[in-house]
Amino acid sequence: MKILFNPSRKSAAVDLPEWRSRLIQGFLLISLIILVARAVYLQALNKDFLQQQGQSRYLRVIEQNSQRGSIKDRNGEILAISAPVKSVWIDPQRVSATPEQIRQLADLLDVSKATVQERINSDKRFVYLKRQLPPEKANKIAELNIKGLYLKHESYRYYPSRELAAHILGFTDVDGRGQEGVELAWQDVLTGEDGKRRVIKDRIGRIVEDVEQIQSPKSGQDVMLSIDSRIQYLAYRELARAVKEQHAKTGSIVALDVKTGEVLAMANYPAFNPNQRASMNNEVIRNRVLVDTFEPGSTLKPFAIAVALETGRVRANTLMDTSGGMMRIGRAVIRDVHDKGNLTVSQVIQTSSNVGAAKIALLLPPRTFWEMLNRSGFGTETGIGFPGEASGQLRAYNKWRPIEQATMSYGHGISVSLMQLVRAYTLFATDGELKPITLLKRDTPAVGQKVISRETAQSVRKMLELAVLPEGTGSGARINGYRVAGKTGTAHKRLEKRKGYASDRYISSFVGFAPASDPRVILAIMIDEPSSGRYYGGTVAAPVFSRVMEGTLRILNVPFDDSLGNLVTSPIPARLEDKG
Amino acid sequence: MIKLNIFLFMVLVICGLGIVTARYESRKLFMEQEEAQQLTEQLETEWNQLRLEQTTLAMPARVEKIARKELGMTMPPPAAENILAIHPDHTSGATE
Repeated sequence: MKILFNPSRKSAAVDLPEWRSRLIQGFLLISLIILVARAVYLQALNKDFLQQQGQSRYLRVIEQNSQRGSIKDRNGEILAISAPVKSVWIDPQRVSATPEQIRQLADLLDVSKATVQERINSDKRFVYLKRQLPPEKANKIAELNIKGLYLKHESYRYYPSRELAAHILGFTDVDGRGQEGVELAWQDVLTGEDGKRRVIKDRIGRIVEDVEQIQSPKSGQDVMLSIDSRIQYLAYRELARAVKEQHAKTGSIVALDVKTGEVLAMANYPAFNPNQRASMNNEVIRNRVLVDTFEPGSTLKPFAIAVALETGRVRANTLMDTSGGMMRIGRAVIRDVHDKGNLTVSQVIQTSSNVGAAKIALLLPPRTFWEMLNRSGFGTETGIGFPGEASGQLRAYNKWRPIEQATMSYGHGISVSLMQLVRAYTLFATDGELKPITLLKRDTPAVGQKVISRETAQSVRKMLELAVLPEGTGSGARINGYRVAGKTGTAHKRLEKRKGYASDRYISSFVGFAPASDPRVILAIMIDEPSSGRYYGGTVAAPVFSRVMEGTLRILNVPFDDSLGNLVTSPIPARLEDKG
Repeated sequence: MIKLNIFLFMVLVICGLGIVTARYESRKLFMEQEEAQQLTEQLETEWNQLRLEQTTLAMPARVEKIARKELGMTMPPPAAENILAIHPDHTSGATE
């Protein structure tokens, strides 16, 4: 097809006035300037703001939650573990829910409809509906699809062993921070760090690209304790039984591995359930083994004897005159339960004679006695790293009066924690070394600080063995198949707010170790105010020692070192060969 | 000259398409990885819950109760125990 061309139209354009083209030109120029200015305004001056706005449409910062480390016993059994839970919160200004939805929500949360409605009517922008819900329940709530309702990731701490190890572990608050015990002491190790990363999300909320890691998450480390759950259970069970039977106020027990200085068990009764906050109060959450101090009574006698032996003031068979069963120092009188006449130093320990111990203590220069007690760890913290640990009281030797020096030999006028006492007994269980103790698992034997000589330690060990023979005060601590060494303690309690001692309130204790031929475990028991009529350490605390120690040695597979009457020495293969 | 240009243009188009495909693939793989990671987290949670359950079930108190009450088990008295020593020399201190 041919296009028609009309030359006359071209000439017609020339007739137009010149200002029209100028006008168009000017108009276009101004438009261009406006466009350029706008472009400069947007791209140069407002660039950052606009880019940020754009990115916020697809870039998201998401939180990566880290978990608190778990606490395990020495065999890897779990003592405390965190599990994820969800907390439900609402923004009351944005909530829109039908009455039916609110009813379902109230049902799922286990609260009344009115409570939910009340929170929705609040004028705040953030209200918790319920904290720490199990994930399955939280998912059901999410499925209700209520606008303005959100779920927050949190974690909940479970303690499967409940009251068994409650005092060791402590507990965390609702935000997961340690409040007591190991949870508090090892807070830094246990807590992780939440991470943050920037990602690109698509229209339906899937993450399509990782842009950057703002902060990488660090999960909390696990803590492995030296505690053995089986021994812990045994100790707690027997302690609870004794406290109930003796109608006592409280009781405490500690088991220590002699070679490594590890704490194998540590319990107090009454205890609390760390899973139930309602079961806690300030009285019951105290770990009395470490936080409380008491006057230890006769369990301290071996230390006075040890110094006397060490300095050569006495020997194991030196005779001490305790006739009359009492002695006077100034206006004070020291008494024995029975008059025992002349006793050897060994017998002073065996029969737990206060007069004998006092006489031996008075032979010593105060400074030497003080140094011995100080180096045995009395009056200083044990270094176990437990929050709120008490250091006890050991008064300076230059202020001692003779009566104080005498009473200190049988454990009055000095206050110690049960943990200090059990640690100090490592002197006699080893060959004179004070072992560093720990709550964390340590497989290698610990090297201790030498406090007394090997000969002294062995000599005291022999005396402690005599104390649990049938004629000793601690005969209740004997175990079939093992040689045991230990010392009873029966101390009058100090009067509260007044000077002097209560005549009818006691602390009964027992500290001992087994097998005596090669000690493996030290066990200390303290029963506060037994009131069933019996109060001697030998009748209240020693039987607990016997039962717990027997089970502990069985659990640790310690070979017998005493006659049992039924040891079969021939190995099985030999027998089979004999037959064939 | 034109031939070369056409050839380069073709290469350019192919490369462009390649980038698009690679990007798409990478996003797909990334999403898979994301899902796998979520699954890991989920399984970890489940594993923790199972460990918790196991520990709760294996609590000494519970085991003891079942052993004593339901199964009627008792601790053998020391007199009923016979200890077999594989090497007589190693029973240091133990006597008949």
